[in-house]
Amino acid sequence: MRQKPIIEFINYSFQYYSQAEPTLHDINLKINPGEKILIVGPSGSGKSTLGYCINGLIPFSYKGKIKGSLKVQDLITEDQNIFILSKIIGTVLQDSDGQFVGLTVGEDIAFAMENDNVKIDEMNERVRKVSAKVDMEKLLNSSPFELSGGQKQKTSLAGVMVDDVDILLFDEPLANLDPATGKATIEIIDDIHKQTGKTIIIIEHRLEDVLYCDIDRVIVMEEGRIVADMCPDELVSSSILVQDGIREPLYVTALKYAGISVSKDMKPGYLSSLDVNTVSQPLKEWYQSIKKPEEESEEKQSILRMDNVSFSYDGKHQILDNVSFKVDKGEMIAIVGKNGAGKSTIAKVLCGFEIQDSGDIYYQGQNVIDKSIKERAEIIGLVMQNPNQMISKTLVFDEVALGLRLRNVDEEEIRERVKKILEICGLAPFIEWPISALSFGQKKRVTIASILILDPKIIILDEPTAGQDYRHYTEIMKFLEEINKLGVTIIMITHDMHLMQEYTPRAVVLAEGKVIADTHASVVLTDHEIIKRANLKETSLYNLAQRVGISDKTDFVQSFINFEKGVRVSSED
Amino acid sequence: MKIKLFSYNRLDTPIHRLSGITKLITFLFLTFAVMFSYDIRVIIAVMIFALILLRVSKIKFSQIKVMMIYVLIFLVTNAIITFFFAPEYGVEIYGTRHEILKIFGRYNLTREQLFYQTTKFFKYASVIPFGIIFLLTTDPSEFAASLSGMGISYKVSYAVALTLRYFPDIQRDYQDISQAQQARGLEISKKASLLNRFKNALLIIVPLIFSTIERIELISNAMDLRGFGKFKTRTWYKKKKLKKQDYLAIIVSVLIFIITILISVFINKSRFYNPFI
Repeated sequence: MRQKPIIEFINYSFQYYSQAEPTLHDINLKINPGEKILIVGPSGSGKSTLGYCINGLIPFSYKGKIKGSLKVQDLITEDQNIFILSKIIGTVLQDSDGQFVGLTVGEDIAFAMENDNVKIDEMNERVRKVSAKVDMEKLLNSSPFELSGGQKQKTSLAGVMVDDVDILLFDEPLANLDPATGKATIEIIDDIHKQTGKTIIIIEHRLEDVLYCDIDRVIVMEEGRIVADMCPDELVSSSILVQDGIREPLYVTALKYAGISVSKDMKPGYLSSLDVNTVSQPLKEWYQSIKKPEEESEEKQSILRMDNVSFSYDGKHQILDNVSFKVDKGEMIAIVGKNGAGKSTIAKVLCGFEIQDSGDIYYQGQNVIDKSIKERAEIIGLVMQNPNQMISKTLVFDEVALGLRLRNVDEEEIRERVKKILEICGLAPFIEWPISALSFGQKKRVTIASILILDPKIIILDEPTAGQDYRHYTEIMKFLEEINKLGVTIIMITHDMHLMQEYTPRAVVLAEGKVIADTHASVVLTDHEIIKRANLKETSLYNLAQRVGISDKTDFVQSFINFEKGVRVSSED
Repeated sequence: MKIKLFSYNRLDTPIHRLSGITKLITFLFLTFAVMFSYDIRVIIAVMIFALILLRVSKIKFSQIKVMMIYVLIFLVTNAIITFFFAPEYGVEIYGTRHEILKIFGRYNLTREQLFYQTTKFFKYASVIPFGIIFLLTTDPSEFAASLSGMGISYKVSYAVALTLRYFPDIQRDYQDISQAQQARGLEISKKASLLNRFKNALLIIVPLIFSTIERIELISNAMDLRGFGKFKTRTWYKKKKLKKQDYLAIIVSVLIFIITILISVFINKSRFYNPFI
């Protein structure tokens, strides 16, 4: 007998009242009970909107025009209310910080039961049970500030599982997590799926990270339509990902570079299932053929040096513990490490927001201790992660001009300099535009422009690519590379492993306030000790090398990086 | 972590263990007591009591320093203004006149005025510690549970709790934004003129509002998705049942309140204690 779908979209379209065009067109999709589905697509493809339709935020919180029908467990969602749907579908939102409603873990897990008027004794009992399932029972009294990103996510998960929902919906579960925690999250989701047989829907654009565990079907969205609905093996070997602007798994890219035509019967959907016999020979040949670039022998001039810098907020717990490293002029480096390792504090100390307890910072050999925040801003600019935290004017021009106006620069000169910077940043056509009309990536560029206008020699970017899909990621990184070519030294605080691999030859790794490595990205991405202490994970290239039997895995990764650089340079010409 | 202004910190002291509703009731009774009485002996006694409680609840001076400075500025300004507008009010109340110092015109310092203003100063000053204790030792969620227990709509109660709950987050946002804007050259210190400081503060507040709106949208979605507002009532995970010490605390505060009133009625025969007769 054929199964009855648990979710069924029939010719479904949705248009937000605030939008001129429908966000979803003609969706036809069936999801069967117990399936594990991944929905991928670039930003703006409508994948989040699809999720909102399933969990009832549409049409109950976000209003709009619906055509066609959507049934969840045979109920037409429009005729229900969000409360009925919340008993069928549990949603874990992407920002585990923002969705933490309660003040402690226990309270947050109990939230849905409180709203159901569950008696306090029963509530305690159920909180205990469900928290044990996600391994949080010892932390029931902890506040969100004391939890790691992964623990917050587990709490959110427990919070939707107390209701024994049939469908679990994860909206970009990996967005704010470091690589190791992301990997653990995917494992937890997989465990729950295996143990409970619930229907699982994951919305995410980081395909490779989700494909670490089994997925039944991948739905690919583009411009509000479903463009593919297939198993991972088929998807990865098709050309859909590249066309849709979704990053394909790195090991697949490596296979393609090696001239291997990836096909479905190689089982390329997961690295673990990949048929290595057919690929191993050509891959090794390709690896051998990659030329090593000549060692750069010229002495680089150091621009910034941290010398035994220590810092602590309370005098007890060292946030930075004897941190020393130097940055050369014109370099592009990454500072990596798990949350709380002291990455952001380094930025704060460099910008003078906080003053180190001991140690020194030198800019071109000169100690900057006496320089005020304002003076340091002319040397080191800081771009924050969320552009909304920086933008305070309504017009692009005013926002970029702000730093100069505050320095009482002549209005004539301001106009000229703003024009020039906006040209560099590709924002010239928008000079008179209101910022609210810009896309996220453009806003980000406005914030970078408003820092560049002060002509800093170094800019620090906090998580420049967080939450960006592959296209925006590439756009921003290319832009930063161009600025870097103009001579600006760039320091990026990140745990994006792709960024490290593709754009920063060198990475400084922090753990518990100490520098534990300062070396090539290829080493950081393959060294077990570093990976463990910095909450990273090894790149799939490493695992690929291992599977085909290449002994020097670090060199393999480095060769891949060198090869890719060649590909990028030739594609730009 | 830097200690944040106004943020609840979780400790295990007799004060923290009291339920939120107890703390609200005792806070109100003790405040009424000192607000009613102009007897400096009573006020000083209550203030000493407040300081002891502050000690018991393990609140550190560093936590409340900033708040104290603002309170002090307020009290001093208040004292000056009172003197400016009613320099003879003390004389009027106490019915005698002992001049200490001639300043100019009608502005002469009398012992009565000095006594009146000192009393008033302590009166305000003794309420502050209670407020601080209440804010810093009450778990926002538990407080919301208490409020709703008193018959206030749970939606309103929860809104209050969320505000308290997000206060530290918003403060952190404020700090981050302010630092980033300072790096662009914003002067918010005393070096800038008052008007400029006001204008510059706007440059921080605008991004703060936007990032707060983002936060609110997210949290309200999260709450909707988990059934907030489904029924007319809800239960509270954090609700504490009133225990013996809660009743004891309420009785003590009611007693203090009654005693101050009795002192006024039977001993002073007015709200004022008059040492000048």
